[in-house]
Amino acid sequence: MKNKKTFTEDFTAKIAKLSKLDLSEKEINFFTKQFNDTLSIIDNLKKVKTKGIKEAFNITGLKNVFREDKIDQKRILTQEEALSNAKRTHKGYFVVKGIFDDK
Amino acid sequence: MTNELTLKESLRLLEQKEISSYELTVSCLAAIKRIDNKINAFITINNNASEIAKFKDDHKRVGKLEGIPIAFKDNFLTKGIRTTAASRLLDDYIPEYSATVVERLLSEGAIILGKTNMDAWAHGSSTETSDYGATKNPWNTNHLPGGSSGGSAAAVVADMTIVSIGSETAGSIRQPAAWTGCVGLKPTYGRVSRYGVVAMGSSLDSPGPMTKTVEDAAIILDVLAGKDLYDSTTSGRPKDDYVSFIGKDIRGVRIGIASEYLLPDMSKDVKDLIISAAGVLEDLGAKVDYVKTMNPLYAISVYTIVQRSEVSSNLSRYDGIRYGNDRGHFGEEAKRRIMLGNFSLSEGYAEKYYKNALRVRSLFIKDFERVFKSYDLVIGPTSPGPALKLGASRNQPMFGEMEDILIEPSTISGLPGISLPCGFVDGLPIGLDIFGPQFSEGKIIQVAHAYEQATDWHTMKPVLRTNS
Repeated sequence: MKNKKTFTEDFTAKIAKLSKLDLSEKEINFFTKQFNDTLSIIDNLKKVKTKGIKEAFNITGLKNVFREDKIDQKRILTQEEALSNAKRTHKGYFVVKGIFDDK
Repeated sequence: MTNELTLKESLRLLEQKEISSYELTVSCLAAIKRIDNKINAFITINNNASEIAKFKDDHKRVGKLEGIPIAFKDNFLTKGIRTTAASRLLDDYIPEYSATVVERLLSEGAIILGKTNMDAWAHGSSTETSDYGATKNPWNTNHLPGGSSGGSAAAVVADMTIVSIGSETAGSIRQPAAWTGCVGLKPTYGRVSRYGVVAMGSSLDSPGPMTKTVEDAAIILDVLAGKDLYDSTTSGRPKDDYVSFIGKDIRGVRIGIASEYLLPDMSKDVKDLIISAAGVLEDLGAKVDYVKTMNPLYAISVYTIVQRSEVSSNLSRYDGIRYGNDRGHFGEEAKRRIMLGNFSLSEGYAEKYYKNALRVRSLFIKDFERVFKSYDLVIGPTSPGPALKLGASRNQPMFGEMEDILIEPSTISGLPGISLPCGFVDGLPIGLDIFGPQFSEGKIIQVAHAYEQATDWHTMKPVLRTNS
């Protein structure tokens, strides 16, 4: 039996939307094919026995890293600095797009 | 020309006042002006570099690197100097703070010479995915320099800088070092701070030096290594005195040649160079034999899944609101990685892909623990072959993953390694990768330096045809 492809054009479009990326139809077709190709390569992991093996979420063994609960002046940006790279500001604030309409 | 000096020589001559920092810096800037139109190693030049050098000449020498010009990969935040990560999304981004790596080098007196080209967001192994054009290999400008730290590598090899800084997620320091013939040292994950480095794969990213000699890499690592309160994944373990490993003899050091890394379809010339390098180490007194490791093919899959998952999370911050342009400015490679990452972390697929990849990652870590019970270090080729031609990465969605197959097993395990030149194939350099258990940078430097001194590959320089 032939394996069903995981990525369809609709599925790629859905992932693109969730990723906040605007893709053209051409891109969607292109990526759909590439994603299926990539999955066919990385699916080789199925061959590895992983039953009972713990996930390596952390490779250094460090745990519970705390810092002192003190303000580090060196690390603070002024309002002016924080806004210095923003394309749109208003009275010391970042301007974001409207949430309830698309304007 | 002083731009041709190594870091060690530069420091000695500066100390003895035989050269000035101004002379050194201007000499690098002149080299950039002369040849970078052919190489494209730099995205941004620091216009104040010569001025700063002059200031340093007029003042007492304080830091360990006083007056040394350094080129930084353009994913290191530099306060007041544009930082693009080679993406148009950050085309006009001027950071308000510097990366810890930058701060540490500056506090030792180094000068930012400029910002080097890279694959956009460090996504790749060719420097071809840069939005600012590909970097060319100084040995043959029809070939790629490797990547993602391709600009940093090319700048060192073409003597446009004394030292470069790169970053590696899997191969991004060592593979371009191999393809261009310089030394690239990737430290243990957590040895060098990631604070202020444009994030790619946060459980993998490791900044490190790219230099003309092994000793230069040791001098730089000595400044970079150590705990950083701004990066909670840095280790509290005291750093070693890396320079003290220079010149130590290597008699009795147990070295394994990773037999699985001499791939069946790899050119015989590359294999022969590695085996001959092993012979050199044996002559120097090391105990060398073949060691079996886990199949590196699986590491490609683990790395692809883990890295894309982390990329998708890291690049979600780019909203074009606080800084940079909107998400429409992401290139093809970034879009591909973001989407595949979001897929592998999504409901229904996370177990099958992301979590399973992390389990296999555990197996690689365990396998290396076994290997390093019997061996101090392991060697193999850095890359399966010499630098490929320009255009080779196009339409290859897993180009980097395939090219970095020999580095991925150690990098997903957080291990340190170095690549240094060990010969030539078709007039292009080949790199020897020496890696070891976590925090074995000292021993790696010791063996790499012994090999370097016993051979003369590091003295060979590309001849660039220039108009001057």
